[in-house]
Amino acid sequence: MLPDNHTMTLEAFADTIVPGEKRSPDDRAIAGAAAGDGAVVAGAVALLLTPAAGVAEGLESLMNMLDNHAREYARERGVELDGSVPPFVSLPFEDRTNLVARLVAPGHPEKDGWVALALFSNMAFDTGAHMPTHEAIAAGHPGLTAMKFANPDADGLWRFPAYSYRRQLSALHPHTTPSGSPE
Amino acid sequence: MTSTESTDVLIVGSGFGGAIAAYHLAAGGAKVVVLERGPWLEGKDFEHDFLLGSSYTRIFDFVVGDGMSLLGGNCVGGGSVVYFAAMPRAPRFVFERKGGIGRRMWPGAISRDTLDPWYDKVSEALPVTKQDWNDVSYAGGLFAAACNHAGRTANPVPVAIDKALCTNCNWMMAGCRFDAKRSLLLNYLPAAVANGAQIRPMHEVQKLVRTEDGGYRVSYNVIHDVDYRVAVDSGQIDAKIVILAAGAGATPVILQRSADTLGEMPDAVGKYFSGNGERLNTAVIDEDKARDLLGLSREDGLSYAANQIGKGPVVASWDDLDGSLPEHSRFSLEQLYFPPGFGTILAQVPDATGPTWFGTEKKELVEQWQSWLTIFSMTEDDNEGVFGTPPPTGNAYRISQQMLGRGPITYRPTANTLFGWEQSDAEVKRIMEKDGLSKVMPWTNDVVGAYTVHPLASCRIGDDPATSALDDRHELRGHPGIFVTDGSAVPGALTVNPALTIAALAERAMPGIVQALRERGVDVTYGAPSPDGETNGRKGVAAQVRSLARD
Ligand SMILES: Cc1cc2nc3c(=O)[nH]c(=O)nc-3n(C[C@H](O)[C@H](O)[C@H](O)COP(=O)(O)OP(=O)(O)OC[C@H]3O[C@@H](n4cnc5c(N)ncnc54)[C@H](O)[C@@H]3O)c2cc1C
Repeated sequence: MLPDNHTMTLEAFADTIVPGEKRSPDDRAIAGAAAGDGAVVAGAVALLLTPAAGVAEGLESLMNMLDNHAREYARERGVELDGSVPPFVSLPFEDRTNLVARLVAPGHPEKDGWVALALFSNMAFDTGAHMPTHEAIAAGHPGLTAMKFANPDADGLWRFPAYSYRRQLSALHPHTTPSGSPE
Repeated sequence: MTSTESTDVLIVGSGFGGAIAAYHLAAGGAKVVVLERGPWLEGKDFEHDFLLGSSYTRIFDFVVGDGMSLLGGNCVGGGSVVYFAAMPRAPRFVFERKGGIGRRMWPGAISRDTLDPWYDKVSEALPVTKQDWNDVSYAGGLFAAACNHAGRTANPVPVAIDKALCTNCNWMMAGCRFDAKRSLLLNYLPAAVANGAQIRPMHEVQKLVRTEDGGYRVSYNVIHDVDYRVAVDSGQIDAKIVILAAGAGATPVILQRSADTLGEMPDAVGKYFSGNGERLNTAVIDEDKARDLLGLSREDGLSYAANQIGKGPVVASWDDLDGSLPEHSRFSLEQLYFPPGFGTILAQVPDATGPTWFGTEKKELVEQWQSWLTIFSMTEDDNEGVFGTPPPTGNAYRISQQMLGRGPITYRPTANTLFGWEQSDAEVKRIMEKDGLSKVMPWTNDVVGAYTVHPLASCRIGDDPATSALDDRHELRGHPGIFVTDGSAVPGALTVNPALTIAALAERAMPGIVQALRERGVDVTYGAPSPDGETNGRKGVAAQVRSLARD
């Protein structure tokens, strides 16, 4: 478990990677920059906290660092921070995006940590890797649903009996060898 | 004092290089032990599940380096369990490459002609078969049609897949649930076990020491079943011969870690790494154009929207594999599928106004995922990867319990490599954007560097001791009795998928290793048939065996 302020900061970070709709009108962590649910509702925090991911221990210090970066950024850009929420959460979406872009850019000394957070945030949306995939699909997982990830068969396995146009769609390379390889 | 276990042959890793050695040497009569760092799973264990901790993460390895990330297998069967089983032979000109060393990189004894019988032998064993257009997935068909539309040719690639069993589920990276993929779990490895080879999963080799009798003592950790960061036990085994086949991302690391006890390593250990010049592009297909320009339509009336359907790469385009062109301008293109996660994170938004790989526009791109087509380029890179100080254990500092770690490789693409990527990117764009068929962007190298599923050349064969760690029999220079038979032995980028070449070289190394065992008093013979008993391959290589078994 993370303290509430860090959960908010982490949610705001994940929402910067895959943005989504606010859960309620007074949602501060999610900026509401995109239609449909994003990484947060897809389970980013749960995924980052699973022992399997191996990053949970570092999250508190990363969130402190992120809020410090947000304070600095706000000073530099003259952005007014609202003291009722953590500094990163207080940044408008565009500024969150600019700041994260800096942190994950090649050459940033802390890049590894921020990239790891970004990868898991992405993964939460694109795969829902904190829960069994068939459960995620049954529960209408936002990412898998948005991607129109197909449903499995009744036994939980995927099979696509229709898979081919079943016709030659190009000439073969003239120097193809009898084994089917290039010459 | 407890006595240390001993064996004739100790094999590190059970992928192509390890499994082929295990079979031939066990069948020939040697006592063989294989240590494999990952678990031993089989058909029924392979899950269709992205959950961390499912078969997908248990058997996969993703190591982020500085400028290059490596993807590979972490299980009995190695890369053959997670791979896509596209098995073309390397084109003739590849063997004539000079790379950056001003002379032919490959040993004089190896050319396409001399390797062909070994290719035949592996193709018989796995087996590798040709596909026809009825086997080609929608994604492969779309790519073929796009190539045709752009004035190119395209071929269904030879594969190690049993078509009759394949369901086109595209879960190949999690292991094949249906035993359709002809991984090493279905041929060389069971045949090795039937001949008495012992395979020990969850055993990660750390270091080699030379023993007084001229053999080697190999130390290993036993890895925790779930949390691979934890060692639950450790041990040692003495062997007359050691075969390193831990893959090009791990073999040099074991040798570097052993340098203080083994003595100086050849300079090329941990250098000349090649990522096989890999590069990926994602095209977002305009579904109407796919119908109108290419005349494509599925049974259900859709034109494409079939990114999820298929069996990895099935169609390749070989028009740029032209030996008369200069080095670094030759490449092949292959349609490919990566599952979400690996397959989505690095894809970039065409014409982005903000960040290209995350944020609002990226989300919109991901929402069109079923209309994606991923194109894989295999170019000629410059062997510029170098391994730095080895981590304390394994080949990476593990971050997650499974799969994700940080490794010691550094890769700074040279102008030659960048040129190859630019040329292939430009051609992909020309093909895929012609007449508005799609929008294309290469994957970003800004996040985890370049990336490769084809690590090669980090401990390579060659004739020049200054630029190759192994002689042409795959023996480590200056360290008799240590052989390397995995992808690290391949001298450089192949411009096509490498596994068949890795396997053919491993097959070719066997007569020499048998000879080395005999010299150490082991009663072993060379000449086992194919794992299923076929003998055509054996006949084909007979003429070369004598010279390979020379002293
Ligand atoms: C997703 C994916 C798709 C691919 N698709 C294709 C394809 O379609 N066609 C193709 O030709 N190639 C493909 N490849 C590449 C192919 O899998 C590799 O080139 C091939 O497996 C390399 O063989 P190898 O013997 O060098 O090593 P590997 O097959 O990687 O085997 C090395 C083994 O050693 C083990 N190991 C590592 N370190 C240690 C240690 N310290 N102690 C004990 N064991 C250790 C590993 O767990 C692994 O099992 C693909 C790879 C990936 C990841």
